[in-house]
Amino acid sequence: MAIRIEHLNYIYSVGTAFERHALKDVSLELPDGQFVGVIGHTGSGKSTLIQHLNGLLTATSGTVYFNDQNIYAEGFDKKLLRSKVGLVFQYPEYQLFETDVFTDVCFGPKNLGLSGEEAEARAYKALQQVGLKEKYYKMSPFELSGGQKRRAAIAGILAMEPDVLVLDEPTAGLDPKGRDDILDQVKQLHEERKITVVLVSHSMEDIARYVERIIVMNKGQVLYDDTPRQVFRHYRELEAVGLAAPQVTYLMHDLAEKGWDIATDAATVEETAQAILEYLK
Amino acid sequence: MSIIRARKLAFDYLKMDDEGKVENRSRAVDEIDLDVKEGDFVAILGHNGSGKSTLAKHINAILLPTEGTLYVDGKDTRDESKLWEIRQTAGMVFQNPDNQIIGTIVDEDVGFGPENMGVPSEEIWRRVESSLKAVGMWEYRDHSPNKLSGGQKQRVAIAGVVAMRPKCIVLDEPTAMLDPNGRREVIRTVCELNQREHVTVLLITHYMEEVIHADKVIVMDQGKIVMQGTPREVFSRVEELKSYRLDVPQATLVAHRLRQAGLNLPEGILSNEELAAELEKLRAAKH
Repeated sequence: MAIRIEHLNYIYSVGTAFERHALKDVSLELPDGQFVGVIGHTGSGKSTLIQHLNGLLTATSGTVYFNDQNIYAEGFDKKLLRSKVGLVFQYPEYQLFETDVFTDVCFGPKNLGLSGEEAEARAYKALQQVGLKEKYYKMSPFELSGGQKRRAAIAGILAMEPDVLVLDEPTAGLDPKGRDDILDQVKQLHEERKITVVLVSHSMEDIARYVERIIVMNKGQVLYDDTPRQVFRHYRELEAVGLAAPQVTYLMHDLAEKGWDIATDAATVEETAQAILEYLK
Repeated sequence: MSIIRARKLAFDYLKMDDEGKVENRSRAVDEIDLDVKEGDFVAILGHNGSGKSTLAKHINAILLPTEGTLYVDGKDTRDESKLWEIRQTAGMVFQNPDNQIIGTIVDEDVGFGPENMGVPSEEIWRRVESSLKAVGMWEYRDHSPNKLSGGQKQRVAIAGVVAMRPKCIVLDEPTAMLDPNGRREVIRTVCELNQREHVTVLLITHYMEEVIHADKVIVMDQGKIVMQGTPREVFSRVEELKSYRLDVPQATLVAHRLRQAGLNLPEGILSNEELAAELEKLRAAKH
């Protein structure tokens, strides 16, 4: 039970002057229940990659397997795949379109062929999961704040009860508290429902705090695929490809340069404070 | 002299019913007094919906005060005859670079503003050159903007504003959509404009690390200014900032945790360099 990608290539606008090789021979596996981060600068191929996970884009060559089934095989149920692998795009609130929040969240499950009653039950559950209060359910999506709209949009995907939740920069433009709230909620879902989460983010600090594995994309290829601590050890290489390590990682390197005998791979505030306290004990 | 002077500035968003009558009014900016000195770098922090963008839009008269007054370089923004002068004094850069670029070639895009102002064409090209050089995009002058990265596009948007020779630039979350590299490029550009060209900068952001070089930090909540001071003063109040849904730079947060655990560190540490130096003092004292 997992997603497996083998030798995936994707070329935009084949045969035109705008031809661009966006993914080059990408192979990776996403086992069930992982919390995975995907980082890469703008244009590195990360958004192209995640759009292959639910078959939204079809590979130029290579294969994607969902639970060992080739999603490009004839007769494969793409509609089922899209309900199992839920994709939340950047600025998903722009995709809210119904007259009220609750109806909007019902749209997904209804489209899956569920009865009105079942769809409503799922919508209710999903809205609770994202922590949106009931007083907002009957409001127009346009009356909500940025963070609330984003929650409503995520609920729309959760209502389809996906096994894999893919989030493309879910916190862009949100204030720090709104950012923490959304990511904490996603983490809770991950723990309670054991769903796989793929988080695309430009915030190295957020990535370091939440994920257990990081996939670094560069020029359409996987540059690193490892634990946060291991990946952020390559902070100079990451900078060379337009990324960075979390700020605290740099602090540890500063201290090591001053002669502190301290591990430099702390990636979160807690790990850093802990390491410093232990050293000074 | 203050380039921006607000006195009891208030703004209400109005919700109209079908007959055009006011059904609901919500106060977004609530009787703010604000003075920004010419040449200063002022950062505005606040959660989504705290009123910071509404305030920013007053500075080049996109919005006009419901109550109170706002003077930009001595001109009342409600004086319609001064509208174009005010817009030339204060330029704005928004979040999404794609919405701000209109030219098909970088240098044409940057020249659009001054051309619109009736600047003679020789002078336009001089300004295009100096603005593109100021943001480090001169070598891309004959490129198509849609082939640029997010950070590069945003720097072109800034050059477009700089070409109008404003005394003041207001940037409303210019880095929210950018990757780490793009963010660094844009913030470096903004700091350089402030230091070298002495342009007054008002920067709105949700990234706390971007404001540690500001002369002054303003925190907004429910349309009011609730905290202001140097970055050091503001960021030393960690718990208070959290109550306004904000954060502090990671170095400040680590220092805060270490203080809580009993380490003797000063308050208001802003950067890794400062924290490393203070920790080094502690280590030396031990040995």
